[in-house]
Amino acid sequence: MQQFIAETGVVMPLDRSNVDTDQIIPKQYLKSIKRTGFGVNLFDDWRYLDPGEPGMDHSSRRLNTEFIMNDPKYQTASILLARENFGCGSSREHAPWAIMEHGFRAVIAVSFADIFYNNSFKNGLLPLVLTGAEVDRLFAMTTGDAALELTVDLATQTVSGPDGFEARFEIDPFRKTCLLEGLDEIGLSLKDADAIRAYEAKRRHETPWMFQNIG
Amino acid sequence: MAGQTLYDKLWDSHLVLQRDDGSALIYIDRHLLHEVTSPQAFEGLALAGRTPWRLDANLATVDHNVPTENQAAGVGAIADPTSRLQVQTLDDNCDALGITQFKMADPRAGIVHVIGPEQGATLPGMTVVCGDSHTATHGAFGALAHGIGTSEVEHVLATQCLVAKKMKNMRITVTGPLGFGITAKDVILAIIGQIGTAGGTGCAIEFAGEGIQSLSMEGRMTVCNMAIEAGARVGLVAVDEKTIAYVEGRPYAPKGADWDRAVAYWSTLVSDADAVFDHEVAIDGTLIEPQVSWGTNPEMVTGINGQVPDPASIDDPITRGAIERALKYMGLRGGQPISAIRLDRVFIGSCTNSRIEDLREAAKIVNGKRVSDSILQAMVVPGSGLVKSQAEAEGLDQIFLEAGFEWRDPGCSMCLAMNADKLGAGEHCASTSNRNFEGRQGAGGRTHLVSPAMAAAAAIAGHFIDVREWM
Ligand code: SF4
Repeated sequence: MQQFIAETGVVMPLDRSNVDTDQIIPKQYLKSIKRTGFGVNLFDDWRYLDPGEPGMDHSSRRLNTEFIMNDPKYQTASILLARENFGCGSSREHAPWAIMEHGFRAVIAVSFADIFYNNSFKNGLLPLVLTGAEVDRLFAMTTGDAALELTVDLATQTVSGPDGFEARFEIDPFRKTCLLEGLDEIGLSLKDADAIRAYEAKRRHETPWMFQNIG
Repeated sequence: MAGQTLYDKLWDSHLVLQRDDGSALIYIDRHLLHEVTSPQAFEGLALAGRTPWRLDANLATVDHNVPTENQAAGVGAIADPTSRLQVQTLDDNCDALGITQFKMADPRAGIVHVIGPEQGATLPGMTVVCGDSHTATHGAFGALAHGIGTSEVEHVLATQCLVAKKMKNMRITVTGPLGFGITAKDVILAIIGQIGTAGGTGCAIEFAGEGIQSLSMEGRMTVCNMAIEAGARVGLVAVDEKTIAYVEGRPYAPKGADWDRAVAYWSTLVSDADAVFDHEVAIDGTLIEPQVSWGTNPEMVTGINGQVPDPASIDDPITRGAIERALKYMGLRGGQPISAIRLDRVFIGSCTNSRIEDLREAAKIVNGKRVSDSILQAMVVPGSGLVKSQAEAEGLDQIFLEAGFEWRDPGCSMCLAMNADKLGAGEHCASTSNRNFEGRQGAGGRTHLVSPAMAAAAAIAGHFIDVREWM
């Protein structure tokens, strides 16, 4: 997994609540059997005016210039700013894959849907929760002519920016360590293989029907 | 010490170890797989040189991409090459590793959340996961079931465990009795309308009360299915005699002495009377009306006798903006009566409402009537091959066909339109599925979530009507 230590970059404000994973990456692209290639279809329905299909040349599609992602100011954005319940809907991990591949390393929101939140960490994307007031203030800071730049520091769990903006975010210690060190979670879990085997042996005895071979 | 909730009991009985940092390793009894969220997991497993921990915990099916016509022709007949490759990839991965899979032409194949319970692969007291958010469905059996991402699919394959953190306990009590003609779908849509799409975030929701207990297992599955639309990964209903009766005799259900032991254990899978929940919500089930969603997320819903909300009457600018955007997308006006919404297509299917009882409810309304001339297409897509043959044995297919519905092969179909079944831009659809997000059923398509009976009535009338008038 990709490490995340700190990120300083341009913030792209996406002023909506309940941004669902069908919007983040529409289903037609889920037919891919690969982990890559989704960045160009991030927010596909909002970003392009013509309908998209996998395999087409997306660079020749018509851009929706009213959608913020197509504003020249945000071409290098690496931090996404949103509101409540970001990433709701389906469990598709293609959503964080698309967000990362486009170049975002962190998403700031008031709240996240659970599965999206979880999936992000597995891929080195940092989803971080700030309060409604802090997010309001950040949105207000993005209305100027120049793009807003922020620094997200995972070790100190802080977001800092111009005008003395400084906010702290919570993150659970296991996820923090995995991100900071870019750890392979499966490898970590397999270190406890003996505990898994012991649990299995006990349960096979207590509830044998749960281990019935369904072949 | 206070008693335990059902969720507490399920969590404790699956705890392999608790780490100091607050995370835990929990054991997974049943892992369901489908073609969309698994290929990258199988690839990751192979790249790391790992093998599945326990093959017999896995059961795979194809559902999202499959065409709903002529499935007997098998994977080679899928017209779309990318869909075909994805379905083929699951077949290949399962064959290579020895994972049990119901392939396309297998009569047991169907939507992953329909076939698990149908086969008895989902049992009370189990942990059940799948790379699909509607895995919450299986919680109707008193199982701890939730959706996972592809990295977690790989993790479960490799370790039979998940790294997890305990969720909060929430109980939604629906008092009863439910009104005449009110279905499980109306109950869950009304709940989401009340608590919102993030109302259950971070929680395992136990659905309780007379309004839930009175539902059949099919109905409870419909309710738990949409827990995720209320923000909760987990929905639960306590085990009772209906649960046990449903499971008995299913192919993978325990038999003989195991059955008796299992039943004794399952009977303990209820929240203790003195259990304490972090959040409690009460819903008056007697007041619930048939529901219709008007917007672009499932909390944008109201009763059939209601109206589309008028954004001008909303003070909060963020809510107002969201409603304005939704109405623009949906092509609706504030204040418009729900019954005035005209439909172009009708879809009866999806893991929410494609079981035999759903089809019976719809057929009862349709019987002897004709689909309105103004409807371009009305389709019924059974949840599995077995649901399909059961419905045919009961003559339901004939009722639908004579009324002008299409009778299809099983799959996800127009619930998410990954196959050929989709809405055209701007078309309104009465759909028994679970998500009305923008573009969900086809780019520019407009989804209205309803029960099977309401969808059936809308197909006949050409617009929404209060189905209770026809009962
Ligand atoms: S029917 Fe719809 S919601 Fe259910 S698993 Fe299929 S695509 Fe997902």
